[in-house]
Amino acid sequence: MMLTDLTIAQAAEGLRKHDFTAVELTNAHVEAIGALNGRLNAYITVTADQATEAAAQADRNLAAGDAPTLTGIPLGIKDLFCTKGVRTTAASRILGDFTPPYESTVTANLLANGAVFVGKTNLDEFAMGSTNLTSAFGAVENPWRRNGDDTPLVPGGSSGGSAAAVAAHLAMGATGTDTGGSIRQPAAYCGIVGLKPTYGRCSRWGTIAFASSLDQAGPMTRTVEDAAIMLAAMAGHDAKDSTSANIAVPDYRAACGRSLKGLRVGVPAEYRAPGMSAELQAVWDRGVAMLREAGCEIVDVSLPHTKYGLATYYIIAPAEASSNLARYDGVRFGDRREGASLDELYERTRHDGFGEEVRRRILVGTYVLSAGYYDAYYLRAQKIRTLIQRDFTQAFEAADVLLTPTAPTAAFGHNEKPEDPVQMYLNDVFTVPASMAGQPALSVPVSLDSTGLPLGLQLIGRHFDEETLIAVGSALEKAADFTARPTFRAGAAA
Amino acid sequence: MSLDLATTRRIAKLARIGLDDQEIETVRAQMGGILGWIEILNEVDVEGVPPMVGTSQTTALPQRQDAVTDGDRQNDVLANAPDREGPFFTVPKVVE
Amino acid sequence: MTYTLEGATGTWEIVVGLEIHAQVISQSKLFSGASTLFGGEPNTQVSLIDAGFPGMLPVINHECVAQAIRTGLGLKAHINLESRFDRKNYFYADLPQGYQISQFTHPIVGSGVVEIELSDGSTRQIGVTRLHLEQDAGKLLHDQDPKRSFVDLNRAGVALMEIVSEPDIRSPEEAGAYLRKMRQILRYLGTCDGNMDEGSMRADVNVSVRKAGEPFRTRCEIKNVNSIRFVTQAIEIEAMRQIEVWESGGTVDQETRLFDPGRGETRSLRSKEDAHDYRYFPDPDLLPLVVEQSWVDELKAHLPELPDDKRARFQTEYGITAYDSGVLVAEQAMADFYESVAKGRDGKMTAAWMTGDFFAALNRTGKAIEESPVGADKLGGMLDLITDGTINGKIAKEVLETMFETGEAPLEIVERKGLRQVTDTGAIEAAADEIIAANQDKVEQYLGGKDKLFGFFVGQVMKATQGKANPAIVNDILKKKIHG
Repeated sequence: MMLTDLTIAQAAEGLRKHDFTAVELTNAHVEAIGALNGRLNAYITVTADQATEAAAQADRNLAAGDAPTLTGIPLGIKDLFCTKGVRTTAASRILGDFTPPYESTVTANLLANGAVFVGKTNLDEFAMGSTNLTSAFGAVENPWRRNGDDTPLVPGGSSGGSAAAVAAHLAMGATGTDTGGSIRQPAAYCGIVGLKPTYGRCSRWGTIAFASSLDQAGPMTRTVEDAAIMLAAMAGHDAKDSTSANIAVPDYRAACGRSLKGLRVGVPAEYRAPGMSAELQAVWDRGVAMLREAGCEIVDVSLPHTKYGLATYYIIAPAEASSNLARYDGVRFGDRREGASLDELYERTRHDGFGEEVRRRILVGTYVLSAGYYDAYYLRAQKIRTLIQRDFTQAFEAADVLLTPTAPTAAFGHNEKPEDPVQMYLNDVFTVPASMAGQPALSVPVSLDSTGLPLGLQLIGRHFDEETLIAVGSALEKAADFTARPTFRAGAAA
Repeated sequence: MSLDLATTRRIAKLARIGLDDQEIETVRAQMGGILGWIEILNEVDVEGVPPMVGTSQTTALPQRQDAVTDGDRQNDVLANAPDREGPFFTVPKVVE
Repeated sequence: MTYTLEGATGTWEIVVGLEIHAQVISQSKLFSGASTLFGGEPNTQVSLIDAGFPGMLPVINHECVAQAIRTGLGLKAHINLESRFDRKNYFYADLPQGYQISQFTHPIVGSGVVEIELSDGSTRQIGVTRLHLEQDAGKLLHDQDPKRSFVDLNRAGVALMEIVSEPDIRSPEEAGAYLRKMRQILRYLGTCDGNMDEGSMRADVNVSVRKAGEPFRTRCEIKNVNSIRFVTQAIEIEAMRQIEVWESGGTVDQETRLFDPGRGETRSLRSKEDAHDYRYFPDPDLLPLVVEQSWVDELKAHLPELPDDKRARFQTEYGITAYDSGVLVAEQAMADFYESVAKGRDGKMTAAWMTGDFFAALNRTGKAIEESPVGADKLGGMLDLITDGTINGKIAKEVLETMFETGEAPLEIVERKGLRQVTDTGAIEAAADEIIAANQDKVEQYLGGKDKLFGFFVGQVMKATQGKANPAIVNDILKKKIHG
């Protein structure tokens, strides 16, 4: 077995048994990146030297017996997390060569847990998108291919680089951020596990903001157990983030394999959206059957405001983004286009610095907050959000966890992207409601569709009950026995 | 919903995003499409529903003690500046 | 007394409301741990939160909340136990985040009231609409470079209280009195130093005019006026401008204007106004600010005595006039000084000496009462010397002056200079005899009815004793000797 094929749990054990060194493990990944990143474009920045150095330190710590769980584990970091001394781009031109003099809380937590960062992964610009086509650093290719078809596919987004890197074994795990599905949807498209924790579980400090009331960091891994291990290291209260929850972080890994006897799994009727493919429906049904088999009780639940989730999201998220992205003005950091006046400097800097999708969302957000429209759009959306949250509260009276598909389709081709932004936004239809309500949610790969592409199912939990997601997710993973691997991966480059 | 050009221009100005005429027209059409789609929300009866505050289990705003714990890091503050003059950031002359 | 302006079409009255921006006294900023000290090297008192760096998040300063509540209590205002923070979005070079965190819909303090006193002794109640917390902006320097303005963010993020008055003010004098009273209250509370020179207190002035009995007409806002004198000038000038506009058949547009004290005019900032659409929305980085009533009660219990209460108490407790009392409570330090001198002494005498010779001497030295070379103990000691007859009032003036010069204790000066009052009747009698003998003509005149001449004899005796004679004894002796 190649070192790049190991899971985090396996590698952690191997390092402690001295089967291999952290330097060997890191080098294997750095080499794989060297071989594949030119094609996949999963990383914007590769930090090979720092990684090797950190791995050498990890080896010393392992030898000294002072080695927290992730010691020596090579991870990819979504390039939305500020990393001290390492250029951070948000996949936007506007940040230029911005090099933060600080480390985000989530990445600092991972470093404190011994992790080795091999690079900064690609994403949709400012995490706005579900294709990774909007990156200023070029599109990411999904490592999967349809059977007998070489069409490059999107990895999903916005954490598309992280998903592709993990799927192609260019990292053992990666951080993602999820605002409306940006961890779960690319995880599903790339056949990996993606966990969006409860809003407030992971600190947002030092992570470039898209929509503050929705953004949440989480792990992207190849197994549920690995996600549990990573989340435990990432999560925790942070006094620097006023919305961070002061709630103890449980031993997530211990939830793997926990008995599901008597656990109630809710199936929300409203997710049976018109137009859902028979194939996706069948995968969902299979998931239901697997959980029933595992001892769960299946219950029907209703989330009546599901159909309004997406439109609500496309008011709230752009509104917050329009304000959050005002700081990119060419004065204190990032790229700048000179102008004769202050406004000209702003307008040129922000025109040239932001890509089309980001500009569009800033404009929509500006519009819905502007005088005379606030009540009709933003305020109304926040009220509907209350209704969406109530839906979940009610559903969780009848069920302990909900099971739904993660995304309406499998990955699609780079050239198959809908021209109409609204059609594009429909990708998030299943992931957005949980984001709106702050619920934790997990995407687990379950099977391949008829063209050979992975499909994932989503579990949605109660606030701060990631443990149940992990317990049910690991059962689903076991039952699904999803062992398929993508065309492009370390050591198997076609 | 259709959005007029003047409004689109005003919004672009508010957001300080310079757009040429063709870009304005494209944006106008796309924003119009998005705003039209959003109108589905008018179906929802929100009478008496409070707007959501805090995304998960709202607690009161945490407060920090009043102590000087930051600052005195001029170089960190200025190191990324695209145009810096001594200890200052710069902008084109602002006339008040 | 109603203040009015005469126009060509008749009499106009003015309507004024003030928005005061008062910098909160705190160690660190409203949402960051950077220092609030004035006058630091550029961009040194800046955290990456203040500079709006990517991923930076605000955390509120507990003391700033306490200061806002204290101020609200001092204004007898309603404290809102739940308040919220909103973002006010606009682009400007002094605003790093592209928005100011402020409280738009749910301020921490609701309506209150301030009582002002006018020069004719009358008082008026001016309503306070609200007080909210917000961030200050940075500073732009325009004179360093021909083509560029320079940005210093030291002040960015410092906590401000915006205190909005009702449009209750009806004259420039009232506006001045309101500002002075507000500054006094803030300084008493220790929530703002009220220093308008350093910009820690600034005012936006809303002015409109109307004919008697009319509803309000359109108002203009004069931004950022930085002295009380300028506020009163700006009101008068802007009111006259509006009257001219109305009387020439025009209409006043609601707009923001700038006061130019050099030219004595206000001018439109309409170019800036056009684009203003602040797109307020609740700051998603901050939850609602919830404070406990018990904490508010605790803050209230520890509130210092406020000027109005102190003034009333001084009148009853020390028996001094409303006027003297008003002078003495103008500054907390002055009132404290007075009280420590007056405690156990004659309050009226203390007030007379303080408002008289003591303040005059302080003025001459150009010192604030906190830096007075003559402390409360020394001034008190001097008063004691008068009371126990060691020195008389005239000599006391000399002692006080010497105290200001040398910082010596009053008794030390009296001893060193030999200023003890002469109570030896023998010496006084000898001097009186001599003076009567030498001025027989004046004695005649006095006895003939020129009563005023008695003062002449007293003066001469005092002069002969170098002013040290006890004036009461001199009086007695002279009366006996002249009248026989």
